[in-house]
Amino acid sequence: MPFEALVAGCLAYVALMFAVAFAADRAAARGHVRWLDHPLVYTLSLSVYCSAWTFYGAVGYATRSGLEFATIYLGPTIVCAGAWWGLRRLVRVARMHHVTSIADLISARFGKSNPLAALITLIALIAATPYIALQLQSVRLSFEVFATDSPQGNPLQGIGLWVAAGLALFTILFGTRNLAADERHHGVVTAIALEAVVKLLAFLALGVFVVWGLADGPVDMMRRISAASRDAEFSEGWLLKPDRWTALIVVSAAALVTLPRMFQVMVVEAADEERLHVAGWAFPAYLFAMSLFVLPIAVMGRHLLPADANPDLFVLTLPIAADRDFLAFLVFLGGFSAATSMVVVSAIALSTMISNHWIVPGWLALRRRAAGNDRPDEDTRDVRGFVLNARRIAIVAVVGAGWVYHEASGGAAALAAMGLVAFTGMAQVLPAMLGGLLWRGANRRGAYAGVGTGFALWMIMIFLPSVGVGVMPGLPADIDPLAFSIFVSLAVNTLAFVGCSLFGFPDPVERLQGLSFVSSVEPIRHSRMRQSDDRAEPLLAMSRRVWGADAALRFFQAEAVAQGKSGYLPDLTPRFLTRLERKLSGTIGAATAHAMIDRVAGGAALTVSDLLQVADEAQRAKEETQRLESATTELARTATQLREVNEKLTALSVQKDAFLGQISHELRTPMTSVRAFSEILMTPDLSEAERRKFAEIIHDEAARLTRLLDDLLDLSVLESGRARMSYGVVNLHDLIVRALSSASATCPERQFTIDRDIPTEHLAVITDGDRLLQVLINVISNARKYCDADRPVLSIHVRRSAGAGAHIDIIDNGSGIDGARQSLIFEKFSRLNDPARAGGAGLGLAICREIMLALGGDISYLPGQGGAAFRIRLPVKPPLNSGASSGE
Amino acid sequence: MNPKGRAAQMTLDILMIEDEPNIAEALRFILTRDGWRVDLHHDGMGGIEQIRRCRPRLVILDLMLPNRSGAEILAELRAESDLALARTPVLLLTARGQGAEGGQQADIVLAKPFANDELRATVRDLLD
Amino acid sequence: MPERPLFLERASFRRRRLGDAARILPVLAALVILAPVWWVPALVSSGGGATAFFVLWALLIMAIRVLHRALLRAEAATMRAQAEAMHDDDGPAARDKDGTHAV
Repeated sequence: MPFEALVAGCLAYVALMFAVAFAADRAAARGHVRWLDHPLVYTLSLSVYCSAWTFYGAVGYATRSGLEFATIYLGPTIVCAGAWWGLRRLVRVARMHHVTSIADLISARFGKSNPLAALITLIALIAATPYIALQLQSVRLSFEVFATDSPQGNPLQGIGLWVAAGLALFTILFGTRNLAADERHHGVVTAIALEAVVKLLAFLALGVFVVWGLADGPVDMMRRISAASRDAEFSEGWLLKPDRWTALIVVSAAALVTLPRMFQVMVVEAADEERLHVAGWAFPAYLFAMSLFVLPIAVMGRHLLPADANPDLFVLTLPIAADRDFLAFLVFLGGFSAATSMVVVSAIALSTMISNHWIVPGWLALRRRAAGNDRPDEDTRDVRGFVLNARRIAIVAVVGAGWVYHEASGGAAALAAMGLVAFTGMAQVLPAMLGGLLWRGANRRGAYAGVGTGFALWMIMIFLPSVGVGVMPGLPADIDPLAFSIFVSLAVNTLAFVGCSLFGFPDPVERLQGLSFVSSVEPIRHSRMRQSDDRAEPLLAMSRRVWGADAALRFFQAEAVAQGKSGYLPDLTPRFLTRLERKLSGTIGAATAHAMIDRVAGGAALTVSDLLQVADEAQRAKEETQRLESATTELARTATQLREVNEKLTALSVQKDAFLGQISHELRTPMTSVRAFSEILMTPDLSEAERRKFAEIIHDEAARLTRLLDDLLDLSVLESGRARMSYGVVNLHDLIVRALSSASATCPERQFTIDRDIPTEHLAVITDGDRLLQVLINVISNARKYCDADRPVLSIHVRRSAGAGAHIDIIDNGSGIDGARQSLIFEKFSRLNDPARAGGAGLGLAICREIMLALGGDISYLPGQGGAAFRIRLPVKPPLNSGASSGE
Repeated sequence: MNPKGRAAQMTLDILMIEDEPNIAEALRFILTRDGWRVDLHHDGMGGIEQIRRCRPRLVILDLMLPNRSGAEILAELRAESDLALARTPVLLLTARGQGAEGGQQADIVLAKPFANDELRATVRDLLD
Repeated sequence: MPERPLFLERASFRRRRLGDAARILPVLAALVILAPVWWVPALVSSGGGATAFFVLWALLIMAIRVLHRALLRAEAATMRAQAEAMHDDDGPAARDKDGTHAV
């Protein structure tokens, strides 16, 4: 097969992957997640376990050590046999806490401790770097196999760099598109599922070709294997060693749950634990299929190929030797898929860990120091952009480190052992993870001790020798050094973990998390928050910086509705805070989310009595039946609604009393000027200039009176529902342009910077254009009058909302409206801080609200946007009843 | 009434605290024409400080003021430790109709709109 | 009326026993995979041994599949039985309505 064709085919395949990932992301964004969420896609995505190391290496492994190669697949099979109660539980608890990585899981369990997560991130990074290098090497080697018959020189210079750069690009494009509250990457997962199919098909095709094409069917094949196993020279290392067998199975079983990339696809990308019902048997079946033909290929390769052929590349050299170009290409794609999917998922998982546990906490700590600790609400910068950039940098760093390692090691055979080295490294996390999930007594000190000693022993006994630094101390000849190191490091690790857990006493947060993890009940946050509404707004502002405005508002509104409140600010109940923290931790990790919420909401340290109270709550919640629980929440919701209505009624009746007084004031004030000046005009000795000036004042004040009466009339017509709307198709862009030019007459001396996104404004809606214009002018004029920023900025954003028409957000950068007044501004005469000066009667927003209601939409105040912010919502089409009334 | 030498720091006759510019303009015109020295303050905030500084012989105070109501300023003035200052006569203007709250401490309450002659007579009564 | 709670009990009993089986399965799997190698490593290393081992492995995967399907069915049955039992508790009016439907 010509090398150019290979490269072209490979590029086409890469383009296909980009297209698939892009299409899946698009589909997910449109909410079409049904097939993306299919258990089969999930199962296939788990096959990222089979990296290039297993794809190419298994045959080489089998050639050298016989059946031992199967250990890598058998460990996961045992774990999957326990999927029903083991993995399901892991996934449920992890999803409940919105865990973002293995490091985050352990940190969340042991009291949301970030240093612990940072340590695990370090281990994962050290273990993964050579492993990623191994993948790059496998891609390079497989290219070389084809390039040997290419005449022109060596076209492979820097192929590793190209592959690394392409992978980093893919990962950044599809792994950091947005910072969702739950870290799922549909595009990446779908592409990986497709790659898994290619991997499997390639390997099975090769197996079928080997058994039926090269050998004479299965019976002949079995005969050949038996003969080979009896051939003393060939099967030199084939005798299984029980200690190695056991150690490798233990390590590969651990790898299934602890490798960052496996944790990513199995736990983080899982929608729920139901997926495991299928994956529990389908994934072992996949592994079985991948290993079924390994021995035949090994035996046939050894049989047919020259003695110096590299057994790690039998899968490629066998079809090439038999002149099956297409099969060879398919196998090449399979190996390429295996390598790339491993690197992509590892990079996503590691970059999440690095940004969540190294970069973001460090940044927050630095900023806190810079801000001087006493201004907790001061950080207005966009956390989201920072986190995304941190992840992008981390992805480049992770893939780059793999490439550097690959170049530095010169592609030596030393890399081949790196798969197992990575497995054993991450296995050091297993005792803390299992203990954390199963044993309430496990605590942070134990976790530090276990992970720490395991890490140290792994470095000394396994990692450093494998990279050629230091050597393993001599062991008796009959003890296998790898099995010995695995057993010793895991045993000491477990002992340290259990021992230190027994002697330590966990702090309250940790005990709470322990209860939640071990008995998989919803965690409940402490209730020591100051129970005042005005802290909800800074929390919203903080969430906005992490998730973006829309997502944060949606979450807060949904929570408020669940409590039976209207608007965007829920009460700070422990339940709400818990849910908020968990959702945040799905984005930035448990430790950081905890710290941020505490800082913003001013939570106090948890005491033991709080803990008892919370434990009681948890216990009670557990005992309550479903029905009782829903009845109680229903009751509480009704009570909240009643309370809110009552408060509003009281406020309204006070306002009603004030209404007449207000009307009197609003009418008498211009009347006073009119009367005073007209009396002055009646006196004789006035200059002509004075006369003209006074007449002008009388004229202005009379106009003001008319305006006021018009407003009152307008409002009463709107309120009674007799207003006639004339609907037509209008372009929002035109309306906004007109509104801006009309409103610039208000306070013309103030220079506003207008922040708009014009293309999105071109949105046609069916509404009453004049009425909507009235609303826009009113809101924009208000911003011009009341925005108190030195450099005032007015942002206008039009967005089509999903299935609900459009909304227009008008946001200024002034000091906004404080919480208590937000619910009153749409009432009549509720002019805020500055009566009279502004010239309006305080009816503007009340009229706006009535207009929007009549148009079938509404207008609301958006808290937490860093200024006064109004959202004008328009329906898809005008309401029917008012359409009828316009026809009357 | 005032020695020539003190012309620079002449005592002020009337301090008007009124936020509506047109009403203030009308009052100033009427009262200045009657020969009173009138000064104007536009905001509830800082009103009491202005009274302390100017020590006017009469304060004309609007009830509805931005930031600080006239009633608050009046209460504060009556609570001054300087008794002469605390007893400054106050003419309260209200647009709320008759019998507005906070009027008890004022020397006289005038409802808006008023006749110019009524205002002039009242001011003359209070100052002479 | 008395059969329904009995049925509920039977369904949940079956589900619990299957749950026990799900707990034992991984232990069993580990035994099946580890014991032969400790016991007769030479035999497993031979060609025939490898073949037998693959057959054993395939059986194990089938066992996982069968158990998971049974568990899903049992869980669904328990939910149904629970729903029906709750339906019965709604009182005579609800039952009468069911009766007329049946007629």
